[in-house]
Amino acid sequence: MRPYAVTHGRARPVAGRFDLISLIKTTQQSHDQLHGLAPEHLSILTLCRRVMSVAEVSACLDLPLGTVRVLLGDLVVHRLIEVREPAPRPITHDNRTLEDVLNGLRAL
Amino acid sequence: MGSERSDDPGHRMPTAVKILVAGGFGVGKTTLVGSVSETRVLTTEEDLSERGIGVDDTSGVGGKSTTTVMMDFGRITISEDLTLYLFGTPGQNRFAFLWDELALGALGAVVLADTRRLADCFPSLDYFENRGTPFVVAVNCFDGARQYTIEQVRQALDLDPGTPVLLCDARDRGSSKRILIALVEHVRTLAAPTSAVVPAATAISA
Repeated sequence: MRPYAVTHGRARPVAGRFDLISLIKTTQQSHDQLHGLAPEHLSILTLCRRVMSVAEVSACLDLPLGTVRVLLGDLVVHRLIEVREPAPRPITHDNRTLEDVLNGLRAL
Repeated sequence: MGSERSDDPGHRMPTAVKILVAGGFGVGKTTLVGSVSETRVLTTEEDLSERGIGVDDTSGVGGKSTTTVMMDFGRITISEDLTLYLFGTPGQNRFAFLWDELALGALGAVVLADTRRLADCFPSLDYFENRGTPFVVAVNCFDGARQYTIEQVRQALDLDPGTPVLLCDARDRGSSKRILIALVEHVRTLAAPTSAVVPAATAISA
Protein backbone atom coordinates (compact mmCIF):
# COMPACT_ATOMS: atom_id res chain seq x y z
CA MET A 1 0.00 0.00 0.00
CA ARG A 2 1.62 3.21 -1.17
CA PRO A 3 0.30 5.76 1.34
CA TYR A 4 1.67 4.00 4.40
CA ALA A 5 4.94 3.29 2.63
CA VAL A 6 5.30 6.97 1.86
CA THR A 7 4.89 7.94 5.52
CA HIS A 8 6.75 4.91 6.91
CA GLY A 9 3.62 3.90 8.73
CA ARG A 10 3.08 7.19 10.47
CA ALA A 11 -0.57 8.17 10.80
CA ARG A 12 -0.10 11.63 12.27
CA PRO A 13 2.06 14.58 11.33
CA VAL A 14 4.88 15.54 13.69
CA ALA A 15 3.83 19.16 13.44
CA GLY A 16 0.84 21.18 12.28
CA ARG A 17 -2.89 20.68 12.10
CA PHE A 18 -3.59 21.04 8.38
CA ASP A 19 -7.18 21.79 7.67
CA LEU A 20 -8.45 20.95 4.19
CA ILE A 21 -8.08 24.60 3.26
CA SER A 22 -4.88 25.38 5.11
CA LEU A 23 -2.72 27.07 2.50
CA ILE A 24 0.78 25.87 1.80
CA LYS A 25 3.61 27.75 0.20
CA THR A 26 7.12 26.54 -0.43
CA THR A 27 9.80 28.69 1.18
CA GLN A 28 13.17 29.53 -0.29
CA GLN A 29 15.45 26.62 0.29
CA SER A 30 19.04 25.70 -0.06
CA HIS A 31 20.12 22.47 -1.65
CA ASP A 32 21.26 20.74 1.52
CA GLN A 33 17.89 21.32 3.16
CA LEU A 34 16.43 18.92 0.64
CA HIS A 35 18.81 16.13 1.56
CA GLY A 36 17.05 13.01 2.77
CA LEU A 37 13.58 13.96 1.62
CA ALA A 38 11.33 11.48 -0.14
CA PRO A 39 10.23 12.09 -3.73
CA GLU A 40 6.74 12.91 -2.43
CA HIS A 41 8.15 15.67 -0.23
CA LEU A 42 9.88 17.12 -3.27
CA SER A 43 6.69 16.88 -5.31
CA ILE A 44 4.90 18.95 -2.66
CA LEU A 45 7.67 21.54 -2.69
CA THR A 46 7.43 21.84 -6.46
CA LEU A 47 3.64 22.01 -6.39
CA CYS A 48 3.45 24.61 -3.65
CA ARG A 49 5.67 27.17 -5.32
CA ARG A 50 2.21 28.42 -6.13
CA VAL A 51 0.07 28.68 -2.98
CA MET A 52 -2.14 25.63 -2.68
CA SER A 53 -4.57 24.17 -0.17
CA VAL A 54 -4.00 20.86 1.59
CA ALA A 55 -6.96 19.41 -0.32
CA GLU A 56 -5.42 20.46 -3.64
CA VAL A 57 -2.06 18.94 -2.74
CA SER A 58 -3.84 15.69 -1.93
CA ALA A 59 -5.80 15.76 -5.19
CA CYS A 60 -2.85 16.72 -7.38
CA LEU A 61 -0.52 14.08 -5.94
CA ASP A 62 -3.30 11.49 -5.69
CA LEU A 63 -2.43 10.78 -2.06
CA PRO A 64 -4.92 10.50 0.82
CA LEU A 65 -5.26 13.50 3.10
CA GLY A 66 -3.76 11.70 6.08
CA THR A 67 -0.63 10.91 4.12
CA VAL A 68 -0.33 14.45 2.83
CA ARG A 69 -0.65 15.82 6.37
CA VAL A 70 2.20 13.63 7.56
CA LEU A 71 4.41 14.79 4.70
CA LEU A 72 3.50 18.43 5.31
CA GLY A 73 4.38 18.02 8.97
CA ASP A 74 7.87 16.88 7.97
CA LEU A 75 8.25 19.90 5.71
CA VAL A 76 7.18 22.27 8.49
CA VAL A 77 9.82 20.80 10.78
CA HIS A 78 12.42 21.37 8.08
CA ARG A 79 11.07 24.89 7.55
CA LEU A 80 10.55 24.18 3.89
CA ILE A 81 6.95 25.36 3.76
CA GLU A 82 4.85 28.16 5.15
CA VAL A 83 1.37 27.30 6.34
CA ARG A 84 -1.58 29.61 6.63
CA GLU A 85 -4.31 28.04 8.75
CA PRO A 86 -7.86 29.23 8.05
CA ALA A 87 -9.62 31.38 10.60
CA PRO A 88 -10.80 29.10 13.40
CA ARG A 89 -14.10 30.86 13.78
CA PRO A 90 -16.54 31.28 10.92
CA ILE A 91 -15.93 34.27 8.72
CA THR A 92 -19.55 35.27 9.30
CA HIS A 93 -18.15 37.78 11.76
CA ASP A 94 -15.76 39.20 9.23
CA ASN A 95 -17.70 41.69 7.16
CA ARG A 96 -14.89 42.67 4.87
CA THR A 97 -14.20 39.13 3.79
CA LEU A 98 -17.92 38.51 3.32
CA GLU A 99 -18.21 41.56 1.07
CA ASP A 100 -15.12 40.49 -0.86
CA VAL A 101 -16.56 37.01 -1.43
CA LEU A 102 -19.87 38.50 -2.51
CA ASN A 103 -18.30 40.95 -4.93
CA GLY A 104 -16.05 38.25 -6.31
CA LEU A 105 -18.97 35.92 -6.95
CA ARG A 106 -21.01 38.64 -8.60
CA ALA A 107 -18.09 39.39 -10.90
CA LEU A 108 -17.76 35.77 -12.05
CA MET B 1 -8.62 38.78 9.56
CA GLY B 2 -5.50 37.40 8.15
CA SER B 3 -2.69 39.45 6.92
CA GLU B 4 -2.24 41.45 10.10
CA ARG B 5 -1.36 38.43 12.15
CA SER B 6 1.20 37.19 9.71
CA ASP B 7 4.22 35.46 11.06
CA ASP B 8 5.41 35.21 7.49
CA PRO B 9 7.10 38.46 6.63
CA GLY B 10 8.14 39.01 3.06
CA HIS B 11 5.00 37.91 1.28
CA ARG B 12 1.43 37.63 2.36
CA MET B 13 -0.47 34.40 2.18
CA PRO B 14 -4.02 34.59 0.84
CA THR B 15 -7.07 33.84 2.95
CA ALA B 16 -9.03 30.69 2.16
CA VAL B 17 -12.73 30.25 2.84
CA LYS B 18 -14.98 27.31 2.15
CA ILE B 19 -18.59 26.66 1.32
CA LEU B 20 -20.05 23.19 1.64
CA VAL B 21 -22.40 21.60 -0.86
CA ALA B 22 -24.49 18.92 0.82
CA GLY B 23 -27.46 16.76 -0.06
CA GLY B 24 -28.38 13.20 -0.89
CA PHE B 25 -26.58 10.85 -3.22
CA GLY B 26 -26.89 11.80 -6.88
CA VAL B 27 -28.56 15.13 -6.20
CA GLY B 28 -25.98 17.07 -8.19
CA LYS B 29 -23.41 18.21 -5.62
CA THR B 30 -20.43 17.52 -7.83
CA THR B 31 -22.25 18.99 -10.82
CA LEU B 32 -22.80 22.22 -8.94
CA VAL B 33 -19.20 22.37 -7.75
CA GLY B 34 -18.00 21.74 -11.29
CA SER B 35 -20.28 24.21 -13.01
CA VAL B 36 -19.09 27.19 -11.00
CA SER B 37 -15.46 26.30 -10.20
CA GLU B 38 -12.58 27.62 -12.24
CA THR B 39 -10.96 24.25 -12.73
CA ARG B 40 -12.18 20.73 -13.18
CA VAL B 41 -13.59 19.08 -10.08
CA LEU B 42 -10.78 17.73 -7.93
CA THR B 43 -11.07 14.72 -5.69
CA THR B 44 -9.40 14.15 -2.39
CA GLU B 45 -9.61 11.10 -0.27
CA GLU B 46 -9.57 10.49 3.47
CA ASP B 47 -8.36 7.13 4.62
CA LEU B 48 -10.63 6.22 7.51
CA SER B 49 -8.42 3.43 8.75
CA GLU B 50 -5.91 6.12 9.68
CA ARG B 51 -8.44 7.87 11.82
CA GLY B 52 -10.13 5.08 13.64
CA ILE B 53 -9.17 2.05 15.61
CA GLY B 54 -6.26 -0.11 14.62
CA VAL B 55 -4.05 2.81 13.75
CA ASP B 56 -1.00 1.07 15.14
CA ASP B 57 -1.57 -2.01 13.09
CA THR B 58 0.29 -0.92 10.00
CA SER B 59 2.55 -3.89 9.47
CA GLY B 60 0.30 -6.13 7.47
CA VAL B 61 -1.36 -3.42 5.44
CA GLY B 62 -1.25 -5.49 2.31
CA GLY B 63 -4.19 -7.61 3.29
CA LYS B 64 -6.02 -5.00 5.28
CA SER B 65 -9.11 -3.56 3.77
CA THR B 66 -9.16 0.21 3.89
CA THR B 67 -12.18 2.43 4.00
CA THR B 68 -11.86 5.69 2.19
CA VAL B 69 -14.20 8.60 1.71
CA MET B 70 -13.92 10.64 -1.43
CA MET B 71 -14.59 14.35 -1.44
CA ASP B 72 -15.05 16.42 -4.55
CA PHE B 73 -14.11 20.03 -4.45
CA GLY B 74 -13.43 23.04 -6.62
CA ARG B 75 -11.75 26.38 -6.37
CA ILE B 76 -12.79 29.94 -7.18
CA THR B 77 -10.03 32.51 -6.95
CA ILE B 78 -11.76 35.66 -5.76
CA SER B 79 -8.60 37.75 -5.73
CA GLU B 80 -4.91 37.47 -5.04
CA ASP B 81 -5.74 37.57 -1.35
CA LEU B 82 -8.84 35.44 -1.23
CA THR B 83 -9.66 31.95 -2.46
CA LEU B 84 -13.00 30.23 -2.12
CA TYR B 85 -13.21 26.45 -2.00
CA LEU B 86 -16.40 24.50 -2.59
CA PHE B 87 -16.59 21.08 -1.00
CA GLY B 88 -19.14 18.46 -1.86
CA THR B 89 -19.84 16.67 1.42
CA PRO B 90 -19.69 12.92 1.19
CA GLY B 91 -23.22 11.56 1.00
CA GLN B 92 -22.67 9.06 3.77
CA ASN B 93 -23.90 10.73 6.93
CA ARG B 94 -22.19 8.18 9.13
CA PHE B 95 -18.88 9.95 8.72
CA ALA B 96 -19.76 12.54 11.32
CA PHE B 97 -16.18 13.49 12.17
CA LEU B 98 -15.54 14.31 8.54
CA TRP B 99 -18.55 16.60 8.45
CA ASP B 100 -17.32 18.30 11.60
CA GLU B 101 -13.97 18.86 9.98
CA LEU B 102 -15.60 20.20 6.83
CA ALA B 103 -18.01 22.45 8.68
CA LEU B 104 -15.35 23.91 10.95
CA GLY B 105 -14.92 27.53 9.95
CA ALA B 106 -17.12 27.15 6.86
CA LEU B 107 -18.83 30.25 5.59
CA GLY B 108 -22.02 28.29 5.07
CA ALA B 109 -23.63 25.47 3.15
CA VAL B 110 -25.81 24.82 0.16
CA VAL B 111 -28.21 21.94 0.74
CA LEU B 112 -29.22 20.54 -2.62
CA ALA B 113 -32.61 18.89 -2.81
CA ASP B 114 -34.32 16.71 -5.41
CA THR B 115 -38.11 16.92 -5.20
CA ARG B 116 -38.37 13.23 -6.14
CA ARG B 117 -36.37 12.28 -3.06
CA LEU B 118 -36.80 15.17 -0.71
CA ALA B 119 -36.10 13.14 2.42
CA ASP B 120 -32.54 12.55 1.23
CA CYS B 121 -31.57 16.04 2.30
CA PHE B 122 -33.01 15.75 5.83
CA PRO B 123 -29.73 14.64 7.43
CA SER B 124 -27.96 17.66 5.92
CA LEU B 125 -30.66 20.05 7.14
CA ASP B 126 -30.55 18.55 10.63
CA TYR B 127 -26.81 18.71 10.74
CA PHE B 128 -26.48 22.35 9.76
CA GLU B 129 -29.43 23.44 11.89
CA ASN B 130 -27.97 21.76 14.97
CA ARG B 131 -24.56 23.12 14.30
CA GLY B 132 -25.74 26.63 13.55
CA THR B 133 -24.06 26.69 10.13
CA PRO B 134 -25.93 29.10 7.83
CA PHE B 135 -27.40 27.39 4.78
CA VAL B 136 -29.69 27.84 1.82
CA VAL B 137 -31.75 25.10 0.20
CA ALA B 138 -31.40 24.79 -3.56
CA VAL B 139 -33.89 22.59 -5.39
CA ASN B 140 -32.11 21.07 -8.36
CA CYS B 141 -34.75 20.99 -11.06
CA PHE B 142 -34.14 17.78 -12.91
CA ASP B 143 -35.67 17.34 -16.34
CA GLY B 144 -38.90 15.41 -16.09
CA ALA B 145 -39.29 15.83 -12.35
CA ARG B 146 -42.60 17.25 -11.22
CA GLN B 147 -42.30 20.93 -10.45
CA TYR B 148 -43.17 22.20 -7.01
CA THR B 149 -43.39 25.74 -5.78
CA ILE B 150 -40.86 27.12 -3.39
CA GLU B 151 -43.56 27.33 -0.72
CA GLN B 152 -44.43 23.66 -1.15
CA VAL B 153 -40.77 22.71 -0.74
CA ARG B 154 -40.38 24.98 2.25
CA GLN B 155 -43.37 23.39 3.94
CA ALA B 156 -42.29 19.87 3.11
CA LEU B 157 -38.88 20.54 4.63
CA ASP B 158 -40.31 22.39 7.64
CA LEU B 159 -37.75 25.13 7.27
CA ASP B 160 -37.20 28.16 9.38
CA PRO B 161 -38.96 31.05 7.60
CA GLY B 162 -35.68 32.90 7.24
CA THR B 163 -33.94 30.12 5.34
CA PRO B 164 -33.75 30.93 1.64
CA VAL B 165 -35.09 28.33 -0.78
CA LEU B 166 -34.13 28.59 -4.43
CA LEU B 167 -34.78 26.68 -7.60
CA CYS B 168 -31.70 25.91 -9.64
CA ASP B 169 -30.09 23.98 -12.42
CA ALA B 170 -26.82 22.73 -10.98
CA ARG B 171 -25.43 22.24 -14.51
CA ASP B 172 -25.74 25.92 -15.23
CA ARG B 173 -22.90 28.14 -14.14
CA GLY B 174 -25.08 31.23 -13.76
CA SER B 175 -27.61 29.32 -11.70
CA SER B 176 -24.97 27.86 -9.41
CA LYS B 177 -23.40 31.27 -9.05
CA ARG B 178 -26.73 32.76 -7.96
CA ILE B 179 -27.06 30.09 -5.27
CA LEU B 180 -23.66 30.94 -3.85
CA ILE B 181 -24.50 34.64 -3.89
CA ALA B 182 -27.81 33.95 -2.13
CA LEU B 183 -25.93 31.99 0.52
CA VAL B 184 -23.38 34.73 1.19
CA GLU B 185 -26.15 37.34 1.29
CA HIS B 186 -28.00 35.14 3.77
CA VAL B 187 -24.88 34.85 5.92
CA ARG B 188 -24.51 38.61 5.83
CA THR B 189 -28.12 39.07 6.89
CA LEU B 190 -27.65 36.68 9.80
CA ALA B 191 -24.49 38.49 10.83
CA ALA B 192 -26.23 41.86 10.84
CA PRO B 193 -27.36 42.98 14.30
CA THR B 194 -30.93 43.51 13.10
CA SER B 195 -31.22 40.08 11.51
CA ALA B 196 -34.00 39.00 13.89
CA VAL B 197 -36.43 41.54 12.48
CA VAL B 198 -35.53 41.31 8.83
CA PRO B 199 -38.43 39.65 7.04
CA ALA B 200 -37.60 36.82 4.72
CA ALA B 201 -37.93 37.88 1.14
CA THR B 202 -36.52 34.63 0.03
CA ALA B 203 -38.65 33.26 -2.77
CA ILE B 204 -35.97 33.67 -5.38
CA SER B 205 -35.49 31.53 -8.42
CA ALA B 206 -31.91 30.87 -9.38
